Amino acid sequence: MDPLDLVGAEPGPARTILFDGRPVPALPGRTLAAALWADGVLAWRTTRGGGRPRGAFCGIGQCFDCLATVNGRPNQRLCLLPAEHGDTVTTQEGHGRADLDV
Amino acid sequence: MPTSTSEPGDGSGAVYDLAVVGAGPAGLAAADAAAGFGLRVALVDAGSRLGGQYYRHPGPELGAARPGKLHHGWAVFARLCERLAASPLVDHLAGHHVWAVEAGVPGEQGRPWRLHATRGPGAADRAAVPARAVLLATGAHERHLPFPGWTLPGVVTAGGAQAMLKSSLVLPGRRVVVSGSGPLLLAAASSLVSAGAKVPAIVEATSYLGYARGLPVLAGNPAKLAEGASHGARLLRHGVRLRRGSAVVEAHGTDRVTAVTVARLDARWKPVPGSGRRIACDALAIGHGLVPQIELAAELGAETVTGPDGAVALKVDAEQRTSVPGLWAAGETCGVGGADLALAEGVLAAHAVAGRPAPARETAVRRRRRAFAALMAAAHVPGPDWTGWVTDDTDVCRCEEVPAGEIRAAVEELGAGDARTVKLLTRAGMGWCQGRMCGPAVARLSGGGAGRPDSRPLSCPVPLAQLAEPRD
Repeated sequence: MDPLDLVGAEPGPARTILFDGRPVPALPGRTLAAALWADGVLAWRTTRGGGRPRGAFCGIGQCFDCLATVNGRPNQRLCLLPAEHGDTVTTQEGHGRADLDV
Repeated sequence: MPTSTSEPGDGSGAVYDLAVVGAGPAGLAAADAAAGFGLRVALVDAGSRLGGQYYRHPGPELGAARPGKLHHGWAVFARLCERLAASPLVDHLAGHHVWAVEAGVPGEQGRPWRLHATRGPGAADRAAVPARAVLLATGAHERHLPFPGWTLPGVVTAGGAQAMLKSSLVLPGRRVVVSGSGPLLLAAASSLVSAGAKVPAIVEATSYLGYARGLPVLAGNPAKLAEGASHGARLLRHGVRLRRGSAVVEAHGTDRVTAVTVARLDARWKPVPGSGRRIACDALAIGHGLVPQIELAAELGAETVTGPDGAVALKVDAEQRTSVPGLWAAGETCGVGGADLALAEGVLAAHAVAGRPAPARETAVRRRRRAFAALMAAAHVPGPDWTGWVTDDTDVCRCEEVPAGEIRAAVEELGAGDARTVKLLTRAGMGWCQGRMCGPAVARLSGGGAGRPDSRPLSCPVPLAQLAEPRD
């Protein structure tokens, strides 16, 4: 049994997103965080202080642990964003604003 | 029911009779009942689909033939959705995250309430919804107690695991330990095993003996007992072991969780030395009950009550009125008690807004379920010595990476005596989540209880461009 079987899901064809340059399939209707979970990826950010890996924690947009850079925009909550074909997700290091040198 | 993610209204400045914030059980029931009385309703919700967290479900693109398989009471939700869809009086404003509520002035010469919402990152992605009355059905989020390793990837909240499963049909891992305290653990574990995960253990910190003190209350709530029994039967069938009076006191791993240590607890939740046992897993789902989301009302000065578990909720009267005239509240916003209670309170609030007498059935459900909620909250109050498993280098504030040692130093060396002073000295609770994850733990480590409600002028992040725009 898997979650798709349980509810008798028949999703359309998977889209493809790029995670750190690697193609990852994303079923339509899933968030970016869910697409990464389904691919076995649990972390897509390193913290500002300790450089520790983080991923989705609360899953409902409250904790902000699941931030990453999406299509060039840093600090996006992956648990809230629907996965769109061609989305690029980049592991976010620190505050995600290295270009600003702050 | 028209669904809109764009600016509400037809440009004529029409004022809704009632704006409902939150489209979970309480909000749905309220909107349905209010429309039944002929009121024009705006159902304003941050999510893209109706249902809130409880009835969270996959989007149509996932083609789920049996979405109710992951739910209790799906038929109730389906019926409410049908009725709302057929109603011309209810506008569903999806994807509207309300960041502030501006109080109205009642009466013929008064002015309406205004709900300010953000719909996205752009300057134009804002909305202001005018209404003659407002009902807050904003629900709750989870409460967490920190322990070494709780920031590792693969450690997720029990509610988060359920949310991701219900909406996106994914699991955080194949072997998921469930730990913490409260009835949500059973529900989450039950969903996880149904969806194919192995749950090697449910680790519940209390002994459940607290419920024995409330036998008459239990007898008055057979539906809650049946719900518990249904989860219990499914868990038994899957061979899931419930360890009572125990806690996960450490999660192990470097880049992700690979195992946890479970220890027995004494009555004050102090780990029993030498009782630690390691369990291999690739995910851990944690939760210690729920905290009502009351920011919008707290900013308006609404009175609050502190529940038996220390959580602060909105104070309402028998007809769901808050202390602020024109502002109603229903469901978990008034104290955590489950979906049946939320549905009943939504109906009660709609009656009151419409000036109708309170219906007897919902009044009775509310009385019984509030008693059950109080029993449940008291049974799962964290014991005072859980702080004993938090090592000095355990990050308590996840956003700002503030370890317990810094908080203890602020208390013991700098004289901080409450969460606010600790926040100012250490930045604990000052990060992105604004203390939603660490607040209760920081308060306890500071020596204070939950005390007063959190105060956040903006209930969610708002792009500056939207604040800078001239007033509507």
